[in-house]
Amino acid sequence: MSIKTAAQDVFGGFYSLLVGMRVTLTQFFKPIITVQYPHATLQLPARFRGHIELILDPETGLPRCTACKLCERACPSQSIVVEGAKREGAKTKSVTDYRLNFTTCSLCGSCVEACNFDALQFSKAYNVVSYDRNQFAKMDLVAQAAEKGRQMMAARPAPAAPTPAEPAPKAAQP
Amino acid sequence: MNSLLSLLSLEPVRLLLYLVGICAFVGFNAAYLVLAERKIAGRMQRRPGPNEAGLGGWMQPFADVGKLFAKQIMIPPGVDVLLYCLAPLMVMAPPLICLVAVPFGDTLVARDLNLGLLLVFSLGSVNVMALLFAGWASRNKYSIISAARVVSQNVAYEIPMLLVVLTILMTTGTMNLNEIVRQQAGWFWHWNVFRGVWTLANPLMPVTFVIFFICMLAETNRAPFDMAEAESELVAGAFTEYGGMGFGVFFMAEYTNIVVGCSLAAVLFLGGWQSPIGVLSGPVWGPLWFLAKLYALIFTVMWVRWTFPRTQFYGLLNLSWKILIPISLFTLLLSGALLTLTHLR
Amino acid sequence: MPGAECQVPNDGSVTGAAGVPQSTIRDPQSTIPQETFVLNLGPQHPAAHGVLRVLMTMDGEWITRAEPVIGYIHRMHEKMGENRTWAKFLPNTSRIDYLSAMHYTHAFVGAVERGAKIEVPPRAEYLRVITSELNRIASHMVWWGALLSDLGGLTPFLYAFDDRELILDLLEGLCGARLTYCYYRFGGVCNDADDDFLRGCRQFVRHMPARLKLYHDLVTGNIILRKRLEGIGPISAEMCRKYGATGPVIRGAGVAYDVRRVEPYSIYPQFDFEIPTFPQGDSMARYLVRMAEMEQSLRIIDQALDKIPAGPVMGKVPRVLRLPPGDYCYAVEAARGRFLVRIVSDGKDVPYRVRLRTPSFSNLSLFEEASRGMILPDALAMMGTLDLVIPDIDR
Repeated sequence: MSIKTAAQDVFGGFYSLLVGMRVTLTQFFKPIITVQYPHATLQLPARFRGHIELILDPETGLPRCTACKLCERACPSQSIVVEGAKREGAKTKSVTDYRLNFTTCSLCGSCVEACNFDALQFSKAYNVVSYDRNQFAKMDLVAQAAEKGRQMMAARPAPAAPTPAEPAPKAAQP
Repeated sequence: MNSLLSLLSLEPVRLLLYLVGICAFVGFNAAYLVLAERKIAGRMQRRPGPNEAGLGGWMQPFADVGKLFAKQIMIPPGVDVLLYCLAPLMVMAPPLICLVAVPFGDTLVARDLNLGLLLVFSLGSVNVMALLFAGWASRNKYSIISAARVVSQNVAYEIPMLLVVLTILMTTGTMNLNEIVRQQAGWFWHWNVFRGVWTLANPLMPVTFVIFFICMLAETNRAPFDMAEAESELVAGAFTEYGGMGFGVFFMAEYTNIVVGCSLAAVLFLGGWQSPIGVLSGPVWGPLWFLAKLYALIFTVMWVRWTFPRTQFYGLLNLSWKILIPISLFTLLLSGALLTLTHLR
Repeated sequence: MPGAECQVPNDGSVTGAAGVPQSTIRDPQSTIPQETFVLNLGPQHPAAHGVLRVLMTMDGEWITRAEPVIGYIHRMHEKMGENRTWAKFLPNTSRIDYLSAMHYTHAFVGAVERGAKIEVPPRAEYLRVITSELNRIASHMVWWGALLSDLGGLTPFLYAFDDRELILDLLEGLCGARLTYCYYRFGGVCNDADDDFLRGCRQFVRHMPARLKLYHDLVTGNIILRKRLEGIGPISAEMCRKYGATGPVIRGAGVAYDVRRVEPYSIYPQFDFEIPTFPQGDSMARYLVRMAEMEQSLRIIDQALDKIPAGPVMGKVPRVLRLPPGDYCYAVEAARGRFLVRIVSDGKDVPYRVRLRTPSFSNLSLFEEASRGMILPDALAMMGTLDLVIPDIDR
C-alpha cells in the first residue's frame, strides 16, 4: 500500500469518526423520546389486545354471553372454560362461570372472532399484577363483568318520571 | 486569628489541606462522573438516564455506593492474597499522587514540582502493573488473558504518548507544569495547541493533541479501546474475581485516571488555568477556567465512548504501532528540526 | 464502495482475504492438537443472539473447530401442527421467528390457500405486502442494533428502536399486537386498515430516508466498523450453496437469489424493486445488503400505498376447513432468508404434517466451516452478520 493511500485511509478514517461524533452530539441536544412510566402513560390504540372481557348488554348490565362454548372450542390453547345455566324466565342460557387461563392465552383473537353473540372483546388492561397465581390461571371474567356492570348501572341516570296528566303506560306482557 | 493564619502557612499543614482537598476532589469526581456518564449516555440515546433517585438523579451515586458496600467482600480461595489485595491500592494511588503536581490555579497547586511532567508519566505506568497483578492473582484463565491484553495495549500506547510529550517538552523547555501553563498566557491562540502552528515550532501541533487524546483513551482503557473490561464476547475482564467495594475501587480509579489524563491534556495543550480571552483571569477565574476545560475534555471522552464500537485487539495494536508511532516520530523530528532552524527554545 | 478492494477466492477457503492481517487467520492444520482447549460459549450469552451454545476448540485465540449445539428453545411447533386444526395453528406461526412474524404467517396461510383454493381479495393482498415489508424493516433494525451492541457500540441500538417504535405503533393500531401479530387469516386479513394506518405508513416512508442517512453517517462509514467487518468472515457462494444458506448471506456473496423474484408469490411481481447484491462475500457485504434491503422495502411500501384498492379484506372460506389430500408448499422471503412451509393433508381438519424449513438453520450450519482458523472476535462478528434468531433454528 503506497504512502498516499495509507494517508488517505488515516485521514479519511479520522473524518468518518468526526461525522459519527457529530451525529451523537446533535441527538444529545434533542428532546428525550421515552415516556416516563408511571408518571406518564401512553394512549392505547382502539384495537389493543389486552386479556379478553365479557361485553355487557347496555340495557340490563349483564353479559351477553350465552355459554354456547364456541370460544372454548375455538381456542388453540384450551384456555377457556365456560359454564352456563338458564335463569328464571329467560329464553337462553346465560353464563355463570367464565374462566380464562391467561397464563396460556396467546391473545390470538380466535375466541373473539368465533363468538356469535358479540359477547367478547379485548380489554385495554396492560398492567395487571397480583400476588396470587390463580388470578391469572383462573381469571374470573364473570366477576370482572359483574363489577363493571355495577359501576355502569350506578352511573346511569335515572329515567324521567312520567307527568301526572298522562295515564300510566300499560305494563308490557312478559 | 493571626496564629491560625500562621499555622496554615506552615508547609506540612498546607500540604495536608491540599491532600485532603485532592482526595475530596477525586472522591466527588469518581462518584459523580459515573452519574454524568450515565446521564450523558442517556441523553445521547434520547432517554433521561437515572432520574429516580433524587431530583434528576443526583442521589444515584449514594445508591450505587450503598449497593457496593452492602456486597460481601470475599477473597476467592486459591488466589495470591498479597497481590489480590495490593492491586486495588496500586491502581488508586498513582492518579492521586499525579494530582499533586497538577496546577489548578496560579498558586493552587499542591507542590510546584520542577519535574512534574516526569512524575506524572512515570506514575502512569504503575496502573498497568496493578491490572496485571489483578489479573494474575485472580487465578482465572480469562482474567490472565485479559490482563495480558491490557499490558500489551498499554505498552503500545505509552510510546506515542511519550513521543508527543517530548514534542511539547521541546517547545516549552520545562517540565514544571505550572510554568508550562504560565507560558500560555494571553488569548486562546497562545495555547500550545495553536501556538505551535503560528510560531512554527510545530505546525502539526493539533495532530499532536489528537494523538495525545487517543493515547490517553487507550491508557485509561476507555472505549473504543476497552478490550480489558468490556469483553462482552466471553470474559468479564481482569476484575472478574473482585466483588463489592473492591470492584468499586477499580471503577473509581478508572475515572480518576480519566481526570488526570484530561487535566494533563488541558495543562499541556489547552492552557490550563489561563483564560481564552485574555481577561477574566485571577485566583478565582483561573481554577474555573481549568475546571471548564477539564470537564469539556471529560465530556469528549464520554462522547467518544458512546459513539463508536470497539476495535479489535489487533486493530488497536496496529493503530498504535503502524500509525500513531510513525506520525508522532515524524512530528517530533519536524519539531526538532524547525526549532533548531529558528533557534527557539 | 467500502470493501471493494477485498477479493475473496471462490473456493470457500478462509485464507487469502486482502485487507485482513494474515496473522489473524491461522491454518488449522498447523495447530498441535494437545495445545488446544475447549471453550464453551454457553447458552447464556451477553450478546443478543439467543440460547445458542457453541463448543469451540481453541488454540489460544484462534478457533480450530466451532460446533454449534442447538435445541435449547425447541418448542415442537411442527408437532403442534399435527394436533391443531388449520386455523388453530396460526398463533404458532408468529412465534417461530417472532422478529419477522408476518412473513411466517404469510407462508402458512399461503400454503393453506393454495391447497384449499381460496381466493384472496386484492386489498388484502396489498395489506399483506405492506405489513410484511414493514415487518422486514423492523426485523433488520433489531439485527442492526444487536450487531452493533455485539461490537461494542451501544447507542445505535436505541436509535434503531426509536424508529422501530413507529412501525410497531402502526401495526398495533392495525391489529392490536406489537410482536406476535396474528393478523393474516385464510382468505385475507382479519382487520381492515383505516385511513390512519395508511397515512401513518406514508409518513413513515417519508421519515425513514433521513434516518437511514443518519445510520450510515454514524455507523456504516465509520472506520472502526469498517475495520471490524471488511474482509472478515468470507463466505463464498459455493459455501452458501453447499449449506443452503439464503437471504442476505447468499446475496452478500454475489448471488441475486430472492424468493420474491425466483418463486414469485402474492402480488410482488407488480412491484418495481431491486435485489441488492454485493459480490465481496465478507461481513461488510452482508451488512450492506441488509441496509439496502430496508430502502427497497420502503420503495415497495410506497408503491403499495399508491396502488391499494378499496374493497373487502376477507375472501370466502368454509366454516370448517378441510384441505384435499396432498402436499402443498409455499415459500416466502422472510427477513432472514427463504422460509418454506410444506403441509401434508389427508383430508381431515387437522394437518397430517407441517414442515417448516427455516432460514436460520441453514445459515447457522455454515458457521462451523466458515469459522475455522478465525480469531474469536472476528468469528463473533461474522455470526452477528448471519442474523441468527435461535427460535427460528430450533422451532
